[in-house]
Amino acid sequence: MLGPLDYLIWLVGFLAEIGVVVYLLSRKQVFRHFPIAFYMLCDAFVTCGLYYCVRHFGFDSTTYIYFYYYTDSLLNVLMFWVIIKFYQETFAEMGVSRYIRGAAVMLILLTAVFSYAVVHQNRTHLTSRFVVEIGQNFYFVGVVLTYLLWGAILKLRETRTRLIQLVLALGIYFSADACTYALRNLFPGLEPTFLRWFPPLVGVWLPLAWIYTLAHIQEDARLEPARLMVRAR
Amino acid sequence: MIAALICVVSAAIFLQFFVSYCRAILASSGNIALSDRVREVTGIANQEVGADDFNRLLQLVRLCPERGDDQSEIRAVGTYYGFLAVLNRVSRPLAPGFSVWVEKERKSCSYFAAVALDRRISYSRDLFTQQITDRL
Repeated sequence: MLGPLDYLIWLVGFLAEIGVVVYLLSRKQVFRHFPIAFYMLCDAFVTCGLYYCVRHFGFDSTTYIYFYYYTDSLLNVLMFWVIIKFYQETFAEMGVSRYIRGAAVMLILLTAVFSYAVVHQNRTHLTSRFVVEIGQNFYFVGVVLTYLLWGAILKLRETRTRLIQLVLALGIYFSADACTYALRNLFPGLEPTFLRWFPPLVGVWLPLAWIYTLAHIQEDARLEPARLMVRAR
Repeated sequence: MIAALICVVSAAIFLQFFVSYCRAILASSGNIALSDRVREVTGIANQEVGADDFNRLLQLVRLCPERGDDQSEIRAVGTYYGFLAVLNRVSRPLAPGFSVWVEKERKSCSYFAAVALDRRISYSRDLFTQQITDRL
């Protein structure tokens, strides 16, 4: 059963997602950040769909559970597209855009084939522990990709503050979600009381952090990434 | 086993991203010089902003009218400062070298709060001037 706090988190998340799209539209930056705008729009539609499922079928219904986990996986695939866009921006000067695109298509195809194979094998108990496991794996792939991207940013001494903050916010999102999914797998008993709050809160974090970055960090702002490294003396 | 590994690795990476994100926010205020006005208000006229000044500065920030665009970054840095305070307590007896770094970070947080206060004071003055002009 959902309480007022659940609905409030949903509402804030939905407004932040729409806020990102509206901001990019108003600044005529939609095509420059198209994967972000498209992801946020799809996320907002999914939020509406989830609300519809809860109202018409109930929070514990199979329809809601299927809708939640399938759309979550689809949104993750879309998020890989966002990461690939960040890779292209980071490696833009090296002229390897074609290879990144090729690698991206391969990655998405491999993810799809892997997911299909696992779903096909586990179709009888898709809504049980398996969905948590595949969610955890998807998020962990996101963590690894974002971490590699962060490594590339540090190595190439990328200085664009906006790109750096967008990537860092994404890293926080993926790692927090992967950790939560892993904890759900390890301690299923914690899910109803404690862990269920994390995915929606992390889901609110990403659009809020992105809209903050897009609205407050100028396109030409520069930052030395080495300053962000932790170095104890 | 795999879930435990993913949990540990993700938690470690989360911490690294979180610290870097907060440092990126702090870096934006690091190069800004404090005005004489804010030095006078806070009583830090001839000395640098101390690591323990953060909460006092934040209270002063809250007394000023909100600008509306700095709330999220103040909240993020506040969370980071709280995290550093815990680290400071834990690391001081165990790893003095790391404790020095934590102290430096806490100072950066305090400096950030002082810059935020400076901006809010300027904003309040602008508001006041605007009101006076409107009345005239």
